[in-house]
Amino acid sequence: MTVLIDENSKIIIQGFTGKIGSFHAQEMIDYGTNVVGGVTPGKGGSTHLDRPVFNTVKEAVEKTGADSSILFVPPQFAADSAMEAADAGIKVCVAITDGIPSHDMIKVKRYMKRYPKSEKMTLVGPNCSGIISPGKCLLGIMPGHIYKEGEVGVIGRSGTLGYESAQQMKDLGIGISTSVGIGGDPINGSSFKDVLELFEQDSQTKVVLMIGEIGGPQEAEAAQFAKENMSKPIVSYIAGLTAPKGRKMGHAGAIVTAYGEAASEKVEILQEAGVIVAKNPSVIGDTVKEVLTKIS
Amino acid sequence: MDIHEYQAKRLLRGFNISIPKGRVAYGPEHAEYIARDIGGNKWVVKAQIHSGARGKAGGIIVCNSFEEVSEATNKLLGKSLVTHQTGPKGKVVQRVYVEEATDIKEEFYLGLVFDRSSECIMVVVSSEGGMSVEEISKNKPESIIRAKIEASVGMQAFQAREIAFGLGLDSKSINRCAEAIMACSKVFSQYDATMVEINPLVLTADDHIVALDCKMSFDDNALFRIPEISELRDKSQEDPQETYAADRDLNYVGLDGNIGNIINGAGLAMASMDMIKLAGGEPANFLDVGGGATPEKIVKAFKLVSNDPNVKVILVNIFAGINRCDWIAEGIIKAINEVNVKQPLVVRLAGTNVEKGQELLRSSGIKYEEATSLQDAATKAVKILNKGLN
Repeated sequence: MTVLIDENSKIIIQGFTGKIGSFHAQEMIDYGTNVVGGVTPGKGGSTHLDRPVFNTVKEAVEKTGADSSILFVPPQFAADSAMEAADAGIKVCVAITDGIPSHDMIKVKRYMKRYPKSEKMTLVGPNCSGIISPGKCLLGIMPGHIYKEGEVGVIGRSGTLGYESAQQMKDLGIGISTSVGIGGDPINGSSFKDVLELFEQDSQTKVVLMIGEIGGPQEAEAAQFAKENMSKPIVSYIAGLTAPKGRKMGHAGAIVTAYGEAASEKVEILQEAGVIVAKNPSVIGDTVKEVLTKIS
Repeated sequence: MDIHEYQAKRLLRGFNISIPKGRVAYGPEHAEYIARDIGGNKWVVKAQIHSGARGKAGGIIVCNSFEEVSEATNKLLGKSLVTHQTGPKGKVVQRVYVEEATDIKEEFYLGLVFDRSSECIMVVVSSEGGMSVEEISKNKPESIIRAKIEASVGMQAFQAREIAFGLGLDSKSINRCAEAIMACSKVFSQYDATMVEINPLVLTADDHIVALDCKMSFDDNALFRIPEISELRDKSQEDPQETYAADRDLNYVGLDGNIGNIINGAGLAMASMDMIKLAGGEPANFLDVGGGATPEKIVKAFKLVSNDPNVKVILVNIFAGINRCDWIAEGIIKAINEVNVKQPLVVRLAGTNVEKGQELLRSSGIKYEEATSLQDAATKAVKILNKGLN
């Protein structure tokens, strides 16, 4: 089993016919993902990459039975597209778009509260690399070939640091159940805690690797959740030990403004909750291996 | 993006929040003229830089005569003010704000921020105005009143009233204070603000509610739809290297060390900086060239980093995901040939087409040290640095 997506996921691309949407849609198709169509308002009725294009997500869901979507929509329209997906009955939506205004994200989160839990869409991102269940489904922009199938669940803010970890693990023969990029924005669809909860229930996942960074309260909230609810071991790395306070480090959310948001403080909070923190980013794979050896 | 106090106050006035009479001056005579025009017998000359705590740094001067206004302006203009928010280099004062002095009865703190935990706009108010919010939380936490604004309906009048009553104001001033708080929440929502702070918000001797100071920051991601805010950008308050980078779509933050970084992805960039530190070095910058960096972008990154006089070694660390290492290698070779890079170079490539990329670099004839891992790259950069310094 995996979390959020598997070989049966039926995927549509929002912003299908654009340059970036087309490129990554093709990558996903090449990986073996079941891409059933896409949405570009105004281009409905045409065909793109041998798949149907629809004007609205609702129509795409009706005609194809899609349950998941991925957004490559420009930032000024992305919040609207996420709400459209939620309303059309999409279950998992990944927002790749970087640069969505925070005020828009707050509105998206409030909008989604109108649905009962059983019908509520899981939004992942924005400003993220997406989700991959190696060997089964790619709903993201990561290079599929560096992900080996296995039993480590990965959650991370950063795309490239996630790739770095996946490669380190692959080199050591360690595989991944699902890797979820929650993105670098201050307001995001799914938090570390939300995804930890999924991995705890997933039979394929034996260990969780959580890659955090400076800024925001989500790592501390995850630590609290882990302490109270997680039976599976968690390995973590927090980027930004050398980041100065009050400066935004690339990601809109990577900024230290309050106590508990600096890397060293997060490391302390995680360790207190029993999380194993990798000494440095070069030994993330080794640290996961040690833990896997210990529990097997 | 930050704006100046005088710009923030102008926005407040547009929402009917009272501010003291005042105008911007660019020279001592100009300042004196403004003081005469405002009238009265006491004025405040305030340095306009993008930072709080200007008072402690000597940036706010109370004047009792026109001569003093002129002298204060002369003293402040061109001066670099250093506060805990400006960094050690400080920020240069290029204009002052001349304002009538206000007769203060009581001072309050009013701040609006994004609360990342509840994902709401949070209003923070305290009866202890004049102190920074950090000092208030530390010394007088019981004085803080908070209210969450529901994004879909905005701040409600009862919330503003609750705060005003909580501050212990008498009935005459309650409505004036509540209106000011409501108006601030409107500014915050209408202009995609990430922070609005009025410190202090004061009750004057004649029972008016007046904003004596104001700081505002706006969401960079929303600047496209708030042109009236974007045009308030003052590049003189930014680090020139950071402005150069931002205008070329590079994410750059200058730091104090001497190992320059060119990396793709914010997380990997922070991780590489951490590795440098653990290997015994200090990073000179944070630089994320982005996921799909073209050779042209790599050239721009080299221009930026090699231009920094503090940089003694350059470390390139690219994990090509969407990107390809051979493409990155092309960029590096192009940069070395086009830009006069004097610093020794350490390159670590990983991911898609890594062999092809390394092959290109090896056969190009450029001088560089090849690294195989994150750790290897950091260790080699520090080693070269130490050799060069000895």
